[in-house]
Amino acid sequence: MIITLSWLKDHLSSKVNLSKIINKLTDIGLEVEGIKDSQGELSDFKIAKVLKASKHPNADKLKLCDVSLGEGKIIKVICGASNAREGLISVYAPPGSVIPKTKMKLKIAKIRGIESHGMLCSESELGISNESEGIIEIKSGEKDIGKNFFKSKSEKSIDISITPNRPDCLGVRGIARDLASAGLGKLSSLKKTKIKQSFSQPLKISITKEKNQGCLSFGTCYIKNIKNTESPEWLKKKIISLGLKPISAVVDITNYVMFDLNRPLHAYDADKIDEEIIIRNSKPGETFEALDGKNYKLKNNMCVISDKSGPLGLGGIIGGTRSGTEFETKNILLESAYFHPTSVRKTGSILAIDTDAKYRFERGIDPNSVKEGLEFATSLILKICGGEASKFSFTGKSQIKSKVIELDNNKFKKIIGISITSNETKKILNSLGFKTKNSKNYLKIEIPTWRPDILEDIDIIEELIRIKGFDKISLVHPERTRSKDTLSFKQKLFHLSQRAVANKGYLEAVTWSFTDSSIDKFFSQGEKEIKIANPISTDLDVLRRSIFSNLIIYLKKNQDRGYLDLSLFEIGPIFFGNKPGEQQIILGGLKSGALNRKSWDSKARNIDVFDVKADTIKTLSELGIMEEDMHVVNNAQDYYNPGKSGSVTLKSKNGLKLASFGEIHPAIISNLDLKEKNVYGFEIFLKNIPTPQKKNRLAKKNYSVSEFQKSERDFAFVIDINYKAGEIEKIIAEVDQNLIKKVLIFDVFEGGSMPEGKKSIAVNVTIQSMDKTLSEKDISEVSKKITNTVKEKTGATLRS
Amino acid sequence: MAHLDELIQKVSNAKDKLSLQNLKSELLGKNSQINQEFKKLGSLPEEDRKAKASDLNNQKQRINEAIENKFKELEKFEINQKLQKEKVDVTLPARERPNGKIHPVSQVIDEISSIFSEVGFSVAEGPDVETEYNNFTALNTPENHPARDMHDTFYLDENKKILLRTHTSPVQIRTMLSGKPPFKIIVPGRTYRCDSDQTHAPMFHQLEGLHIDKEINMGHLKGCLDYFIKEFFEVKKIQMRFRPSHFPFTEPSAEVDIGYRMENGRIIVGEGNKWLEILGCGMVHPNVLKNAKVDIKKYQGYAFGMGIDRLAMLKYGINDLRSFFEADYRWLNYFGFDPLDVPTNYRGLSR
Repeated sequence: MIITLSWLKDHLSSKVNLSKIINKLTDIGLEVEGIKDSQGELSDFKIAKVLKASKHPNADKLKLCDVSLGEGKIIKVICGASNAREGLISVYAPPGSVIPKTKMKLKIAKIRGIESHGMLCSESELGISNESEGIIEIKSGEKDIGKNFFKSKSEKSIDISITPNRPDCLGVRGIARDLASAGLGKLSSLKKTKIKQSFSQPLKISITKEKNQGCLSFGTCYIKNIKNTESPEWLKKKIISLGLKPISAVVDITNYVMFDLNRPLHAYDADKIDEEIIIRNSKPGETFEALDGKNYKLKNNMCVISDKSGPLGLGGIIGGTRSGTEFETKNILLESAYFHPTSVRKTGSILAIDTDAKYRFERGIDPNSVKEGLEFATSLILKICGGEASKFSFTGKSQIKSKVIELDNNKFKKIIGISITSNETKKILNSLGFKTKNSKNYLKIEIPTWRPDILEDIDIIEELIRIKGFDKISLVHPERTRSKDTLSFKQKLFHLSQRAVANKGYLEAVTWSFTDSSIDKFFSQGEKEIKIANPISTDLDVLRRSIFSNLIIYLKKNQDRGYLDLSLFEIGPIFFGNKPGEQQIILGGLKSGALNRKSWDSKARNIDVFDVKADTIKTLSELGIMEEDMHVVNNAQDYYNPGKSGSVTLKSKNGLKLASFGEIHPAIISNLDLKEKNVYGFEIFLKNIPTPQKKNRLAKKNYSVSEFQKSERDFAFVIDINYKAGEIEKIIAEVDQNLIKKVLIFDVFEGGSMPEGKKSIAVNVTIQSMDKTLSEKDISEVSKKITNTVKEKTGATLRS
Repeated sequence: MAHLDELIQKVSNAKDKLSLQNLKSELLGKNSQINQEFKKLGSLPEEDRKAKASDLNNQKQRINEAIENKFKELEKFEINQKLQKEKVDVTLPARERPNGKIHPVSQVIDEISSIFSEVGFSVAEGPDVETEYNNFTALNTPENHPARDMHDTFYLDENKKILLRTHTSPVQIRTMLSGKPPFKIIVPGRTYRCDSDQTHAPMFHQLEGLHIDKEINMGHLKGCLDYFIKEFFEVKKIQMRFRPSHFPFTEPSAEVDIGYRMENGRIIVGEGNKWLEILGCGMVHPNVLKNAKVDIKKYQGYAFGMGIDRLAMLKYGINDLRSFFEADYRWLNYFGFDPLDVPTNYRGLSR
């Protein structure tokens, strides 16, 4: 909502200045978004005097000028004009100003080695004439030094952001009322001029009785024999200050009344109306051409103002071209009506029309302002365009009764924390147009009909503190106590895993929850695609089903920037359905390229599956999973390379899947055309991480270490090439859990001397007893047991 | 027997450990002169024997000492010689250690959680996909309410019943419906609006706060936010202004501005002649409490909501919101936080 100070003063008798008004507006909830100078940047140009003009040391035609802006302000300016001389009064443009002729923004610049702070202007540069010879000379301008060169032609306008609950402030009078209530002047009473009304309104008006009828009341005045002209200057000025274009007196007057009193009106060319006005619901398929030049096809139940031939306009939204007024219009029908907010809003959003009238009706117009609007507009039209006015005609409900709310005397203190006296309460409410009446323990309050937002006592309390001032609320310091844990186990897990993975060299990314369906499909496991009905762009059209969908896009973007050795991760939701809650938190990491790609002492090597496996296992163990509870199986999702990927399951092969890791399927990499094709990833499924019975710290067994000698033995098994090394480790560990402390595979090889289909696995086993030093005999017994068990369970033989 | 000083001289002339070893057996071994002398002791008269023995022992000890000292000297020399040969250029680059980072949004969420934890808030969460009811209607924003215009909403169905939450406020409803008052929660999370330009991203992060109890009034709200803002910006003095505003789910509603000034193109939060809006808040509207089955005769309280990304930008001098979500390796490295930099109350929020 844009207002000017002078317009405001039509309704507010006040002596306070603009800056006071601006601050107060913000204080009472009418946020000032900006102050616009209608003359734009022209206020930058100042009248200035040249105190001294000397030759530029490095240029013959340039002069160094000391320019005074008054009050001792002296600026160094370089000037090329021949008339620049001591004592001359001219026009100065500071750095940052825009020269009207060239549209160039001035900067502090060095000219031939010396800085110039702005410039002195010619008439041509300021766009006031074609005179470009020399700078402007102002005769007898001594007293104006430092003042604006351009005299203000129009005043500053204030741009106020009106919240949706305050339709009353979409008119200047509403804003004036609020300011008056806040102590910034007195609300002027509306002037009433007597209108001569000589005849009855001749057109038949009817509101059809039907379900969803959007019109509550419809007031009209027929004005004949007018002469529609251009608006007088004062009216044009007001229309321009709103940022609108003056059209004709009739149109400008209806607009003026809308912005002045928040009372939308419409004027029809009465001669173009076919017999009568019928306010009814539209029929599907009806069309009409609106004043915005567009043709609209109407649906069911839209409130139309029609005549015998069809729709003339959409009630409360927009008029039609068929009955539009022109300069030639002789007779008009002036409409002032009330339309239901929801009806207006529905129609507006279905047809995608936004007008000033619609904006107001959908927020709620004062239903009792129908007559007031007709009076004000009719008297203006008679004054400016002449003509004769009919008596007003009203169809529908004429007066709406005010709501009454009871306010408990103690409630203000209970909600706000400070007290308010009964007198202050009444004073604030009365100044806002509320009527108050004391009762025993409460105040009976009658709500003005222009305040559709006031529905219950809490709304009254807001009015009171808003006007009294939010700065009056006294602050209560919070108590530093805690009765509940801040984070649940799952939330702690989130933060822990995030930092655990970052600590392994991954950079945390945060990417959209939506992604490109053409990439997301690579990472789906057959879950249904979750489309967004109104995506922001076609490459962000679905909710992601995998944490990799976006991460790989950004991996590629980074590779395209020339970074090939990357480690990125994200922790966030992925979705498996479109109902609330059909989502889970995943931590996913991607790693590409090589290690030590350029190193003076280490050999470069491509990262491989064991890098991501190490990151996965280490992270899981940091999340509290015991290593003996992790089972690694070769069954990761399809988007991994089947030969170079695995999953970690809990407690058994068929346990809950804790994580997956492996090479991203080369077919996907090639499809996405990644520069660096060596890409590995891992995912941790946080929902499957079990909540420990006890805290990890407390769940540990009692500390006990052996005081006796430990022994190590190496075994080399020849085994089927497809046998999983991890199995052997587990088999050996279980041979004697008391004596076998550690099992470590330290060598694997195939080919060479190995028979076809076999491989060799070398294992180092640490054997130690808790109660004695083991004899050679004891150790060889354990060794034999190991060999036999492995042979039995896997068919392996000892390598000789 | 050669003079003792001569022998000691001999020791100190030894060239290396081997010759010193040989010298040791020569001087103190079985066939050494001194050993011979010891053997002769028995044949000496009783009265001379004691003095001679003491003299011999003395000599032996001095030779031994000389050898030991020489040995240490030679060893030191040898080590030094060896080290001379092994010298490396320590200015060569150190081996690379992986260097991960925490995203500023995550860091700021941890900071905020730490601050609110101190005054008894717990962290609650809710789904990103919401019903139209929880996101709007239950929050006192009925269908066809113009306040819905302020939220450009992503929908998952044509009937506009399922959507991506436009704010974290629906978690208020979920939390209150699933428990009993009092409630004291913060809700950090992803939120979505169908809006994308230089200063808007289609996804951003919000933090919701809710405190419902028997006697929680607007003074408590003011105190809580005053505490939070000072802690978060790690500034002792900060100007704060409550400005009336409107949100359908709170009444009275306020927006909160903080004072700032510009210094070398950077925003310095604290004091100054300019105001910066950082959050919205108010007393929870009775209709919201009713929808969440809370007895409004007994309970009341406040709620607030703020943009986490914006707070991160302000605190850490990040200019571009969209860069948060572009995963640019250089940006993440520059603005990201060391994973060991965990915000806590006792150590302070930032290092």
